[in-house]
Amino acid sequence: MTRLMKVLAKTFVRRTLLLTGLVLMFWSVTARSTLTIEITQSLDVGMPIAIVPFGWEGASKPPQDVSAVIEADLARSGHFRLLPKKDYLSAPHDNKDVIFKDWRLLKAEALVIGKLRQIGTDKYRAEFRLYDVFKETQLAGYEFDVPASGLRMVAHQFSDIIFEKLTGEPGVFNTRIAYITKEGVPRHGVMFRLQVADSDGYNPITILSSTEPLMSPAWSPDGKRLAYVSFEKKRTMLFVQNVTDSKRTLIAEFNGINSAPAWSPDGTRLALTLSKDGNTEIYVMRLADRSLTRITNNPAIDTEPAWSPDGQYLIFTSARSGGPQIFRVSAQGGTPQRLTFEGDYNARASYSPDGRMLTLITRAAGAYHTAVLDLKTAALQILTDTTLDESPSFAPNGRIILYATIVQGRGVLASVSSDGRVRQLLKLQDGDVREPAWSPFNR
Amino acid sequence: MKNKTLLALLVVLGLGLAGCASQNETKPAAVTDGGQGAETSGAGGQSSATGTALDSGKASNADLLSKRRVYFAFDSSAVDDESRSIIEAHAAYLVAHPQTKVVLEGNTDERGTREYNLALGERRAQAVERMMRTLGVAADRIKATSYGEEKPVATGHDEASWRLNRRVEVLY
Repeated sequence: MTRLMKVLAKTFVRRTLLLTGLVLMFWSVTARSTLTIEITQSLDVGMPIAIVPFGWEGASKPPQDVSAVIEADLARSGHFRLLPKKDYLSAPHDNKDVIFKDWRLLKAEALVIGKLRQIGTDKYRAEFRLYDVFKETQLAGYEFDVPASGLRMVAHQFSDIIFEKLTGEPGVFNTRIAYITKEGVPRHGVMFRLQVADSDGYNPITILSSTEPLMSPAWSPDGKRLAYVSFEKKRTMLFVQNVTDSKRTLIAEFNGINSAPAWSPDGTRLALTLSKDGNTEIYVMRLADRSLTRITNNPAIDTEPAWSPDGQYLIFTSARSGGPQIFRVSAQGGTPQRLTFEGDYNARASYSPDGRMLTLITRAAGAYHTAVLDLKTAALQILTDTTLDESPSFAPNGRIILYATIVQGRGVLASVSSDGRVRQLLKLQDGDVREPAWSPFNR
Repeated sequence: MKNKTLLALLVVLGLGLAGCASQNETKPAAVTDGGQGAETSGAGGQSSATGTALDSGKASNADLLSKRRVYFAFDSSAVDDESRSIIEAHAAYLVAHPQTKVVLEGNTDERGTREYNLALGERRAQAVERMMRTLGVAADRIKATSYGEEKPVATGHDEASWRLNRRVEVLY
């Protein structure tokens, strides 16, 4: 216990409680529209790791299988090979019970143990430890006190810590995704929903429902707000809405198109597409006073702006040279420079967190694929074999690209690790899901 | 040049016909009349379309007015000849009915990216708007909007559906 690092995260508990309230409020609406994950490709490589099912000290049954969530997280990441539990020679839950020899025999390089205890009415203490089996040392150990509803989040935080200790890069398990669903509903015909869920599809919250289309969700850099486009008045309007209390602000309803919101990295400005002056152009709006700076000036389509991580540049899609291609311009405006030359359709680009790559949609042999463009070498690499891809973006750690596509006639979300090794699908039981947007790190 | 003359002729003819049409209470077909679209698409009938309009104008004009969707090629906002005659018929009707306002809703197929398609849909609606203005419909009576790829009329993921979705809806 002395070696156990104690983290008393008051803000964490508060956030969890807030989230709980919202989940309950919308539970009846969203229960049936939970995304399920299907791993479609995973190479059996990666660091061999053993995760002992967590111990439980409490009355009836544990409210959440914490170790199962960690297991699923690490398996999905593609960086680990989970050793089969039937081979385990012991099942320790406490530091004193760990016999490293047992795990060396299995060729496990890392070991995770932990337990869950009920310490009050709807109050649980979750603890875990991560070991380096060969060095026989503890790499990390944490405990959190949370209500039952916070246990999945704790499990994702444990996964993030394990991932970072073992790979040297931050994990993205304790992040969320926003996306749009389209489902047939009685009486309304079609219902569009803007939803936010955990990165594994659990705990979906409906941010907005509408019988008219919703588009282009974009997270603020602090992860607290979403900008999006709504057709609720039969034309595009741009809103910013708080994720926690659902309070929303109308940002743009000019004549013509109001769309494609993208937050500046410092959160003070929105790049957006407006056609108020006749055709679609890129503008930057300062949120404090809603002042607009026009960035592009061209009779062809200009849209889909995205910021460079340092906030210096905007990239966007433009048809000024014929078909859509990606251009880059100073965030203050100026002469755009073309970035894509391979293929006759390149669109909807966004930066990797380190600013070295773009992910975008490219057309090849009549099919629309998710691709990455190396900005240094200008090499374009297609990552997918799906043919109707849309809306690709990097995970906040840059290791995964999430996009939307059509599989068996249904709109699904798909992810591919940036090395192309691991692929997954996130599907709804009924209806279509589209336009995924990965939240920033949950800090 | 020849085209221009034809166009002018059509406009004049259309104006007259629209007048007749209104007396015969030719009401525009229901907006949601989706089935029509499937039959009207297909290119290549340019000379015959013009020909019919001149010969047996009356029936043909009512026919054109019942067509509420004009179709486009992929990633294009160019109006083809068949669409042109439909737009001319509607423009003529609108000129003859100055109280009527028109909404032009541009749409695209699902291929490519959503925001780009939203802009493309607007360009299609604007192409129809420009034509209507040229034909004498006042700008303040026309509203061009776009739904991009968000409101498909056909939900398949193949060319049979895509060609029906690349459209501008003429709503009044």
